Amino acid sequence: MRIRLRLARPCNQLRGSVTLSYDDLCRRTRERDRSLREKVMSLDEAAALVPDGASIGIGGSTLSRTPLAMVWALIRAGRRDLVCARGISSSEGELLFASGASRHLITSWFSLGIVWGVSRIMRAYTETGRARFEEWSHLAMGLRFRAGAMGLPFLPMRSMLGSDVLTQLPDARVIDCPFTGEKLVLVPALNPDFALIHVQRCDAYGNAQIDGLPFMDLDLALAANRVILTTERIVSNDQIRRRPDQTKIPFLAVDAVIEVPFGCAPHECYGAYEPLFDHLNHYAAALKPDAEQGIRDYLARYFYEPASWTDYLDRIGLAELIDAARRGKSIYDD
Amino acid sequence: MMTDSARYTASELLAVMSARLLQDGQVVFAGVGIPLLAASLAQRLHAPGLTILFEGGTIGAYVEPGQLPPSTNEQRCTRRANMVLGSTDVLLLLQRGYVDVGFMGGAQIDQYGNLNSSYIGLPERPTTRLPGTGGGNDIASLTQMIVAMKHEKRRFVERVDFVTSPGFLAGGNSRREVGLSAGGMFRVVTDLGLLGFDESSKRMTVLALHPGVTAAEVQANTGFELLVLSDLPVTDPPSNDELAMLRHLDPDHLYTA
Repeated sequence: MRIRLRLARPCNQLRGSVTLSYDDLCRRTRERDRSLREKVMSLDEAAALVPDGASIGIGGSTLSRTPLAMVWALIRAGRRDLVCARGISSSEGELLFASGASRHLITSWFSLGIVWGVSRIMRAYTETGRARFEEWSHLAMGLRFRAGAMGLPFLPMRSMLGSDVLTQLPDARVIDCPFTGEKLVLVPALNPDFALIHVQRCDAYGNAQIDGLPFMDLDLALAANRVILTTERIVSNDQIRRRPDQTKIPFLAVDAVIEVPFGCAPHECYGAYEPLFDHLNHYAAALKPDAEQGIRDYLARYFYEPASWTDYLDRIGLAELIDAARRGKSIYDD
Repeated sequence: MMTDSARYTASELLAVMSARLLQDGQVVFAGVGIPLLAASLAQRLHAPGLTILFEGGTIGAYVEPGQLPPSTNEQRCTRRANMVLGSTDVLLLLQRGYVDVGFMGGAQIDQYGNLNSSYIGLPERPTTRLPGTGGGNDIASLTQMIVAMKHEKRRFVERVDFVTSPGFLAGGNSRREVGLSAGGMFRVVTDLGLLGFDESSKRMTVLALHPGVTAAEVQANTGFELLVLSDLPVTDPPSNDELAMLRHLDPDHLYTA
């Protein structure tokens, strides 16, 4: 019984590698400063850490806890050829494609959401071959990040067998289990160069507390070679130490901390604000007549023209932010 | 379509008919849209002990009327739930065998219950790139499936362009032979009737018709030859109670347009 796996090779033609050899993985971790130190910086400073062609794991899922401010900063900084990976992708994927920041998204599902139909930008870019939507099952995405977090090159799983999803994936393997003889699919680890994760609160060292749905973010944080954390607010280390059971990402995995209120807008941040539905409707409507022109105009107005993140929020509008915050906080009401 | 349009829409018929398939005490893994709505409807009517799981990471959902989520990943999914957990971990409950039934919508289905939500045309040069599997492949691979979808010829095809979520693959034992030893397609609920799969050939079979629908109409809206039970029963039309609760849950017709 032989398990054949090619390691330390990029899963794509672009530069960012996502499955590393164990030596490389450990070397990159050892090279990081893992001491208890302050890591607070600006969005622009954090964007400058990420080179063109880097592989990026994006936290949250669909319209939830999307690190949108960091995606916004990378697009404004003119990043190209980022290889992006996320469990489920939504408008942030459209904006990454349309801005030219990424031509390769590894994910299980990519559209806006059931209310708005199939993504016209996803269709326009993938059907013409201008960008790649590499499709894995949702569990496969999760186990790829988990393998990465465990320092293992792969994990076995039981779905995707017999499907065409599997036949499109040269990086997955089918084996006969050495113990039971059953067929299993092996999915390779994802160890992205950077994880972008948004949380409700963390301290200046990067001890991050997450409320509500954690999605794949704990695994993603440990799988990545560097973690850029955006947070609704920075709290003291004393406050973190009062409830260490609430800390989901340890400081030693974190490389940058940026305080960004409403950092997921127009997506939601659990307990803080729900999706900004009116703005998402406005976005979807802007893309209706001509998706590509519509998203270019949207990028200009909301991504390139604003002087700051606060200016971006100002353009979205106070009424929307207040309403989303009211709905968001209501999750804790009886 | 062939519904008593004065009383209910095709989507409402789908939601009611599929809700009736869920039993009290079951654990159901539901996708967004009609599945989420139908599971919530069952929970409010005949199956108060139904446990609803969402792939965003929710165990024991109890969705609030009029507060339906835009996907199964938002905080609305978690209100009054028993537990939130990581999306990988909730999907692993399928693999571990805790789930009785998976429940989702479908864009395209074939005679063996294979679902396509990835590509119309060839993957290398598709005429339409669809949103992809999400957790669909995992649910269909690991548990018994109920699919709710509109009954149209272009959606019911002899062979799907791409198997995103496996049904019985090429029929017979082929699903088991590729290593999928658990689950399989159980029911397909449409706005025309209720369908299942033949025990040995695994071909799609008409099990019941909705009121006012004939077997010939079902066949005429299907792109392959259906097996048909002799003495086809007719389903009871949606009751006033079912429709009232459905509209209470989705007053804005977010999922039942």
